[in-house]
Amino acid sequence: MAVTYTSGEQVEVYRFSIPATILIPLTAVFLQAWLPLRFPFFTIFDLPLLVTIGFATARRSPLAGLLTGSVIGILQDALTHHPIGLYGISKTVVGFGASSLGIKLDVEHAGARFLLTIVFYAVHEVVYFMISRGLVGLRMAWSLPHELLSGLANAMLGVLVFMLLDRVKQRT
Amino acid sequence: MDVLGRYRNLIVLVGVLFAQVLGLAVQVRRTTDSEPTRLIRIWAVGTVTPLEKALVWVQTSTGNVWHNYFYLRGVRAENRSLKQQIERMSLEQVRISQDADQARRLQALLAFKEQFISRTMAAQVIGSSGSELSRSVYIDKGESDGIKPDMAVITADGIVGKVLRVYRSTSQVLLIDDQTSGVGAILDKTRLQGILRGTPAGEVVLEKVMSDEAVPAGEMVLTSGGDGIFPKGLLVGRVTKVAPGSELFLNIRVRPAADLSKLEEVLVVTKIDERQAQPGQTGAARAVDILAERLPTVPSKPENTVKADTPGAAAPGTVAPKSAGSDAKPKTVSPEASAGSGAPAARKTANSPSSSSGDASGTSLGTSAGTSSGNAATVTGTPAMKVSPKPVKAAETPKPQPAVEDSPH
Repeated sequence: MAVTYTSGEQVEVYRFSIPATILIPLTAVFLQAWLPLRFPFFTIFDLPLLVTIGFATARRSPLAGLLTGSVIGILQDALTHHPIGLYGISKTVVGFGASSLGIKLDVEHAGARFLLTIVFYAVHEVVYFMISRGLVGLRMAWSLPHELLSGLANAMLGVLVFMLLDRVKQRT
Repeated sequence: MDVLGRYRNLIVLVGVLFAQVLGLAVQVRRTTDSEPTRLIRIWAVGTVTPLEKALVWVQTSTGNVWHNYFYLRGVRAENRSLKQQIERMSLEQVRISQDADQARRLQALLAFKEQFISRTMAAQVIGSSGSELSRSVYIDKGESDGIKPDMAVITADGIVGKVLRVYRSTSQVLLIDDQTSGVGAILDKTRLQGILRGTPAGEVVLEKVMSDEAVPAGEMVLTSGGDGIFPKGLLVGRVTKVAPGSELFLNIRVRPAADLSKLEEVLVVTKIDERQAQPGQTGAARAVDILAERLPTVPSKPENTVKADTPGAAAPGTVAPKSAGSDAKPKTVSPEASAGSGAPAARKTANSPSSSSGDASGTSLGTSAGTSSGNAATVTGTPAMKVSPKPVKAAETPKPQPAVEDSPH
């Protein structure tokens, strides 16, 4: 099966060039803001989340993962009208978790990435839901079918996004 | 030291999370309208929106070239259809203007204040927030174009939202289906007022309508003007479902008239005029006008016939507007015109100068968002007795009437 348990020495660690590190998250945030105008269904996707998971699992550094997630999340927050930090905190947790898991698991296979994306999509939504209700007081509607559908859709798109990231990542 | 090194990642994680939670707490505590926009938002919007503007420009230009020069299939048929539509709308306009005139006469008598959209600015939607939970869009007009927070944003179909944040060349518009939005609304026929809110699922509901009221599905919902943002009388949408809600209130779902998921161009209401109808404005003969409606019609004289191309003249078969200060002779209208327009048969119009004030400027929507004519119909619903013995083209001597009725009173 795709998910294989490996030792820390066996897993590959990658890095991204500075232009890729800056431009890919910016492009993800831009597309996330622009595409729903043309394709309203696109709001079920979370491209910045997929990029966060992709970067974190490739780098396999919890520190880099949480900082990447934090920056991408805050950038995403800045485009909404909600307080800054909702996506920031959620993606910080996801970045840390994905990179920590990336150290322990071989997530190079498409099946592993699919499962990983579903799991971290759920983590992201739960954290976001808790912060929004608990700290900000937003009314949130939790619909399990909708979340499941979104999770599956994001996981499928995630496999494609990770394949694209594979092309720009560099072996250390 | 060894412990710090061992748990370095966890310590950084906790530190970053704590900093963000602290930041959230500060923002939640300081949620006021006067709060300046955070620098991080300005940077993010300044980074993303130029790309969006460029893409929208390319898309629009390409679309224009295609539609204006290459893809002209069906244009003739469409042209014919539009001409027919214009004819229908012209007749409809006559009826509506007559109703509006009556409403304004009553407003003057009752000293109502009216609100008029006197200036709007067209803007293109260039981006969204990208989040299902933050239903807002960005437009390509900002502070440099005179946009200010809390300005109403509308389309020809209905209201869209309000300007939330203004940047130098872009603005963020909060849509009416967002859960943090609130619009004062009134049901068209039943005149019940409530608050229009978005739900987390993106639906629009009308709240605070008591459950003992009867609200039929399909009823139009209009702005009530109570929120101080939207002028009264703008179309919001239609009631789609009514169900008993919690705490003695009905749960009324509303489908917005404007398609909020496919917004391309919107109008920002940059100026709203509010004025009180003056007795002088509507003429000293106002009571006479009303009284005249109850009197038998005097047939119009031949010299009163108006040429169609005379400024201020009405279309054939319609009633010409009357200028300020003109006396209140009973006016007549041909039965054909009335029947054709669907108006009550031969309703007399004692026009006032304010009859054109809905079109206060070239950019006006023509929505005189004043008091509803719902009451007017009951008061001025005089028996239709002004049918001229024979059809006349127009009823009055044409007098120049200003198209813009914005002079101070």
